[in-house]
Amino acid sequence: MTNALELDRVEVVYDDFHALKGVSLAVQPGEAFGLVGESGSGKSTILRAIAGLAPVASGTINIDGQSLSKRRDKAFYRSVQMVFQDPYGSLHPRQTVDRLLQEPLAIHGIDDQERRIVRALEEVGLGTGFRFRYPHQLSGGQRQRVAIARALIVEPSILLLDEPTSALDASVQAEVLNLLETVRKARKLTFLLVSHDLAVVAHMCDRLMVMQHGEEVEQLLSTELSARKARQPYTQKLIEASTGFRR
Amino acid sequence: MSDVAMSRREWLLSERPQSRLQARLGRAYMSWQRFAANRLALIGLAIIIMLLLVAAFAPVLAPYSPVAGDLRQGLKPPGWEHWMGTDDQGRDILSRIIYGSRLTLYVVVLVAILAAPIGLLVGTVAGYAGGWIDTVLSRITDIFLAFPKLILALAFVAALGPGIENAVIAIAITSWPPYARIARAETLTVRNSDYIAAVRLMGASPARIVVRHIMPLCISSLIVRVTLDMAGIILTAAGLGFLGLGAQPPLPEWGAMIASGRRFILDQWWVAAMPGMAILIVSLGFNLLGDGLRDALDPRGAGQ
Repeated sequence: MTNALELDRVEVVYDDFHALKGVSLAVQPGEAFGLVGESGSGKSTILRAIAGLAPVASGTINIDGQSLSKRRDKAFYRSVQMVFQDPYGSLHPRQTVDRLLQEPLAIHGIDDQERRIVRALEEVGLGTGFRFRYPHQLSGGQRQRVAIARALIVEPSILLLDEPTSALDASVQAEVLNLLETVRKARKLTFLLVSHDLAVVAHMCDRLMVMQHGEEVEQLLSTELSARKARQPYTQKLIEASTGFRR
Repeated sequence: MSDVAMSRREWLLSERPQSRLQARLGRAYMSWQRFAANRLALIGLAIIIMLLLVAAFAPVLAPYSPVAGDLRQGLKPPGWEHWMGTDDQGRDILSRIIYGSRLTLYVVVLVAILAAPIGLLVGTVAGYAGGWIDTVLSRITDIFLAFPKLILALAFVAALGPGIENAVIAIAITSWPPYARIARAETLTVRNSDYIAAVRLMGASPARIVVRHIMPLCISSLIVRVTLDMAGIILTAAGLGFLGLGAQPPLPEWGAMIASGRRFILDQWWVAAMPGMAILIVSLGFNLLGDGLRDALDPRGAGQ
């Protein structure tokens, strides 16, 4: 079976900062793959490199067995979408929810806009009452739902999630995670999820990769993570840190 | 009656607008409320509305012809017959000022229509594209900014020939660089934001991002700046008129009227003072309006 997403020794260099030092990974169709690590470990950079928002210096990225060129084409943007970390920064402040959802449909020349917008809002659990609101009239959780609706409206097969819940408080976090889980099952989506929260990754993902300083530390199954069967000392430290203080 | 007004207000301020129109009107209403809270801004708006009305109804309002004078009536002080007196050729100054408002509006509106879009386009393209495009456009902007505005306008008028159309072109050519700078600065603050990245991720072309997503964010600060510059545009137009390079006689342009009144400014003060007063009031009106618009439209204050 071809991998839905495959990275081969990808390097990202910003001026003289080496953000990714040759990272390889493979994600199967329908799989949820997690990326964990401390701040600055390069996990978000992987998503940005795939999305074409970060300068890839070397290495290849394959989507469904097709190698990506430097310039992404429209077909790529229909198959890969991203949900950003900060729901306060990822929605255009001067556009209503309606306008935000209409834009991707207009870009890809999809008709039947009226029905799709209504359905997208219902899918993420927002009624049509939210359709003509501006982002400042929404709470953080509602904004993130709009961002998810916007990503799903072009019916992608791969969803890149950049800490989708870290800016939300605990109860809203659970709702948004459940929503993501539901749409993944319903649409058979492939997830690439970045998080610094090991519990979130263990809950959402089948496999994960631990990263540090722009490099892979190890890849393991989330069952291994829950059973604390990490091989590398760095991963063990990370697991220990996530369980809280020890007296 | 107050019941109907209340429900209309509630409809506008609704947290759950039911249509695109309602959302847009609600937003406009909130901007208006912020604007109306500033009393000086309302005075400015009143002055500008008055200017518009005077320009529109000039033939009805003006008691005499603006160009034909009676030499026997020359240099009459303000009185019942001529409220603002007459000039050296016996023309009624009030009528000339009323007709002159048309020329002032013509200059201001044309300059705004010409200069603001040029500045907006240059600034947003430079800011979003970056790289060598930004360098080239920014240096061109810098070159234009390095000249004193009036001197550059003078040079252009000298090259194009005197006349009100050429004065408009000259002022427009010299007034776009500050708009480009503002638009570029605004663009730089938003180009790396997540919502622009999200639009790029939808596959939007750079032109679409600039026109549909970046320009709307720059427009409000640009409107404020253009309004505040209107006073300067009026003064530059009056300055060119004063130097004989703007509107040509017998057109009742306010700057040119001051220039012709300068010869007898000590004995017949009203000939120069009346158009000067008109320039002062209209400039003040635009400045007050601009200040109010800044409070109402400031993107950082809006709706947060």
